Amino acid sequence: MTVFTCILLGFLVICAVGASLSKSLLNTILIFMSYSLVMSVIWILLESPDLAITEAAVGAGVTTVLFVVTLKKIHAIIREDKTEEDKDHE
Amino acid sequence: MSKKVSQEEYEKTLSFRLKRWLDGTKDPFLDTVEMKVQAPFSESQDDVERRIRDREVIAGKVYDRENNTGMRLFHRLYKIMSVLFCLFLVAMLLEAVSWLPPVGEADRPVNNEVSARYIESGLQETGATNIVTGMILTYRAFDTFGETNVLFISACCVMVLLMMDEAVLKRQESQNDRKLEPKNDVILQKSAFVLCPVIFIFGIYVILNGQLSPGGGFSGGAILGAGLILYVSAFGFKKTQRFFNEKVYLVAKTTSLVMYGLIGSYFYITGANGIENHIPLGLPGHILSGGIILPIDICVGIEVACTMYAFYALFRRGGL
Repeated sequence: MTVFTCILLGFLVICAVGASLSKSLLNTILIFMSYSLVMSVIWILLESPDLAITEAAVGAGVTTVLFVVTLKKIHAIIREDKTEEDKDHE
Repeated sequence: MSKKVSQEEYEKTLSFRLKRWLDGTKDPFLDTVEMKVQAPFSESQDDVERRIRDREVIAGKVYDRENNTGMRLFHRLYKIMSVLFCLFLVAMLLEAVSWLPPVGEADRPVNNEVSARYIESGLQETGATNIVTGMILTYRAFDTFGETNVLFISACCVMVLLMMDEAVLKRQESQNDRKLEPKNDVILQKSAFVLCPVIFIFGIYVILNGQLSPGGGFSGGAILGAGLILYVSAFGFKKTQRFFNEKVYLVAKTTSLVMYGLIGSYFYITGANGIENHIPLGLPGHILSGGIILPIDICVGIEVACTMYAFYALFRRGGL
C-alpha cells in the first residue's frame, strides 16, 4: 500500500509541475483535472471519504467544466477544422 | 439581477405610482401636471478650452508647482508614508500571528480535549453515525452557514456580471440558432441518458444519508449540480428549462438559505442559552436521525446544486 501511495504522490507532483509548465491552456486544465482525480484517491487512502467525494465532484468535475467553458468564452480553444480551413486558404 | 421591463408593464407596478407621486406628475388637486425634461447639458468647444486653460492657470498660481518646496516635500513624504504604513500593517499582522498557539502542540485543547469530545460524545449529542457531518452541521453549524452564504453571494455576483437580458438572449438565439444547440452527439446523449438518473439518485442518496455514511449536503449537492451540467450539455437548455428555469432556481435557492437560517438560528439560540430544543435526535443509524442534520443537509444540497448549475449556465449562455 505504501508503494501505491508513493506512486500516487509522485504522480501528483508531476501533474502539478506539468500544469504550470504546459504551453496550451486546455492541456493545463486537463492536467489539473487528473491532479484532482489522483487527489481524491489519496483522500480515500488517508481515510477521509467525505473529502474524496467532494474533491471528485467539485475538483475533477465542476471546476474543469467551468474552466473549459471560460476558455470557450474567451475563444482560447482553437478548433481543428478551422485550422485546416486556414491551411487550405494558405 | 434586475430585468428591464417594457413601459406598459412598468406603469402597472407600485413603484411607478410611488415615483409618479414623488415626482409630482400626478397631483391630487391639480391632476396630471406636465413635467418638462431638463435640457441636456452641452457646451461649445471654446467653453471647454477656456475651462481647461483656467484650471491650469489657477493650479499654477495656487500651488506654484516649480517653486513650491512644501508641495514637493508633501508628495515625497506621501510616498514614504505609504510604504511605512504597509510595513506597519505587515508587522502588526505578523505579530498577531506569532501570538497564536503553534500548530500541533500536544497540550493545546484543540489537539486533545476538542477532538476527544467529538469522538467520545458526538454520537449521543448529535445522533449522527458519521462524526464528520455531525461535527460540521451541529458543533460548527455557524461556520457552515457562513460558507453557504458565501456560495449565495458568489452566485449573485456571477449573475450580476454575466447575466444577460432574456429578450437579448432570445434575439441572439433566433439570429444564430446553432450557437447553443447541442451538437446532437449520439455518444454523449446516449451516455447521458444512462448516467443522469444514476447520478441524480446517487446525489440524493449522498444528501439523505449524510448523517449515516460519508458525504453530506455539500458533496451531494455538488454531485447533483454535476449531473445537471451533464444533462444540459447533452440535451440543451430548452429541455432543462422545462423543469429547472430561473423561477425554480430563485425559489429553491432563497428558500433553502432561509430555511437553513431559521433552523440554524433556532439551534444556536437554544444551544447558547442552555434551553432544551425540541428537535428529536432519533435512533442513531436510522435515516430519520441526527436532529437538525437531515433538514440542514437538504438545504445545503439544494443551495450547492443550484449554484453549480447556475455557474455553468451563466458562463455558457448568460442566463438560466
